[in-house]
Amino acid sequence: MKNKTALTFLVFALVTLALGILFGLLASLQYIFPTFIKSVIPFSKMRPFHVTTVISWIILAATGSIYFYMVKEEKLSLFSFKLPKAHLLLFLATGVTIYFSFMLGYTEGREYLSFSPILTIPVLLGWILFGLNYFKTLRKSVKNWPVYYWMWGTGIVFMVYHLCEAHFWLIPSFKEHFVKDIAVQWKSYGSFVGSWNMLVYGISIYIMCKIKGDEKLARGKKAFFFYFLGLTNLMFGWAHHTYIIPMQPWIRYVAYGISMTEWIILAHIIYSWKQSLSIQKQEEYPIAYKFLVVADLWVFLNLILALVFSIPAINFFTHGTHITVAHSMGTTIGINTSILFASLFFIASKLKPDFTFKKIKQYVTLYNVSLLLFWVVLLMAGIKKSHWMYFTKNVLFSEMQESLFYVYIAFFSFGLLLVISILRIITPLFFVFIKNIYQNRVMIKDEEKQAVL
Amino acid sequence: MNIRKNIAVIGVLITFFCFYNFLIYTSKEKETPVKLSKKAIKGQKIWQDNNCWSCHQVYGLGGYLGPDLTNIYSTKDSNYIKAMLNSGIQSMPKFSFTEEDKEAIVAYLKTIDSTGYYPNYEAIIKPNGWVELKYKDEK
Ligand code: HEC
Ligand code: HEM
Repeated sequence: MKNKTALTFLVFALVTLALGILFGLLASLQYIFPTFIKSVIPFSKMRPFHVTTVISWIILAATGSIYFYMVKEEKLSLFSFKLPKAHLLLFLATGVTIYFSFMLGYTEGREYLSFSPILTIPVLLGWILFGLNYFKTLRKSVKNWPVYYWMWGTGIVFMVYHLCEAHFWLIPSFKEHFVKDIAVQWKSYGSFVGSWNMLVYGISIYIMCKIKGDEKLARGKKAFFFYFLGLTNLMFGWAHHTYIIPMQPWIRYVAYGISMTEWIILAHIIYSWKQSLSIQKQEEYPIAYKFLVVADLWVFLNLILALVFSIPAINFFTHGTHITVAHSMGTTIGINTSILFASLFFIASKLKPDFTFKKIKQYVTLYNVSLLLFWVVLLMAGIKKSHWMYFTKNVLFSEMQESLFYVYIAFFSFGLLLVISILRIITPLFFVFIKNIYQNRVMIKDEEKQAVL
Repeated sequence: MNIRKNIAVIGVLITFFCFYNFLIYTSKEKETPVKLSKKAIKGQKIWQDNNCWSCHQVYGLGGYLGPDLTNIYSTKDSNYIKAMLNSGIQSMPKFSFTEEDKEAIVAYLKTIDSTGYYPNYEAIIKPNGWVELKYKDEK
């Protein structure tokens, strides 16, 4: 395999990101003008479009990066060079089918996976092919796995499991028991996010090692300690979504205990954050490094938020408000997307070492600032709703929403700035990848010609 | 790190995970858990097919453009719910459901209502950060 398949994953990742944020923007418009164009862009379509599309961005970008690193950077000879192509085709064909089915109104699924459950089958198959190739390749050619290989492998396996678990509602004994059903549904979503975090955080450790030129980061006891802690949280830490559901108290106790272990991660981040400020190696990969620093900052902010509302007494007030959205968008943009940008810029500078990213520097700043404001606005909307729920009486829902009018305008405006900055940031990446795919094709054709001659 | 050690740690975690999953998958929130009737299951399907969840929450989970509907059945009533579906309101579209479909949605919302409270106004917040929920049918 030349790097064509990996880069094609990345090109489609960028396309889904661009589409996904535009859907988000359209969804947020409904907050300002509830009745205006509700028949053209109903929130009930835009929200699932948005969420499914941006999740695809994370998955495609992570997958493409991992294939690229395995083949081009680590020069591993894959168990099969055909399977990644099949994987790509499966994902693309399913993606296109999902959009068509959405447009035709087939949304039989639930929250994050709102498409027809049947379309999960090809997605699962894609992951299984990925896993097969991944483990067969590594078993053959890598002896002592650094932590990122463990993380990627774990991410793939648990992705398969939690995708299945997210569809347990199809089984009558789950569907019929409302409380269990809703608990398992949100358990699976929590762990689903944990699974892609394994892929994305693994990528961040990988590029940190490469930028620093130091593999120790991925081999020490500490690295593995965090990996195991992350895995424990993936398995058992989902339940801050569900404190409020009347499940058995012990399930809620376990969740409380486990999520408190994340304090350890926080303490560590503060510690190494201070240390990382003095690193010199940054000049070689300026933008990749910058995005890692950005991600670090967002880990810090979001972890504080998540830890605070992992405490049931606080969760009680924040749950069911836009504070949850601040958490989910704060982490998927601030952490996941920033790390994936770092990865894509790292790859781009490998493909085109003389590439200058000076022109987008201001846009990275815009990305940060608008995201911060976007996040703060969501928190404000959440606080207002919480206040309405618990500390007011006889105020209608619609009155509460109306009082947030200017907050929602700010939400839309900062969202717009965020969209502009993201589109500007990904444009050069897009062209570098496309050009490289094209050059590869020409190269392969030339090789074939020569072989014939 | 030693590969064997890693696999051992992962093995222990996975064993706990299996056990824990087993408990959750077979757990009952009380002796006789609330079960959805056939009609309510049909209501649930309509709820999903029409993405009611994208604007509404149940136990605070869902989309946030519209209000939470966990206890709508007991705070309002079935006629109110049906009227909402007929007319649409603000960003909520008008739905042209048959009477039977509307009955099914009401049955679904009624079942949800019978499982508990949200917001749980009578919950007790403890000084150690724990929240004791008020459960339905609790004396
Ligand atoms: C596009 C978003 C949207 C969709 C989809 C939607 N709703 Fe609504 N719904 C709303 C909004 C917004 C309100 C509250 C409007 C207000 O009070 O200002 C509402 C109000 C309601 C109410 C009254 C709640 C109350 O407290 O007064 C009920 C009941 C309801 N919806 C049921 C449904 C059902 C059932 C479905 C699916 C068939 C559905 N809605 C789909 C947005 C939506
Ligand atoms: C990389 C960019 C983005 C990512 C990864 C992302 C991710 C997400 C996720 C995961 C959710 C689900 C939240 C939840 O269920 O708690 C969500 C909801 C939402 N997002 Fe985004 N988002 C992005 C950009 C945007 C932008 C630019 C806007 C524009 C304003 C936007 C508007 C929305 C809206 C309106 C919702 C629904 C919130 C609700 O239900 O009220 N998003 N997003």
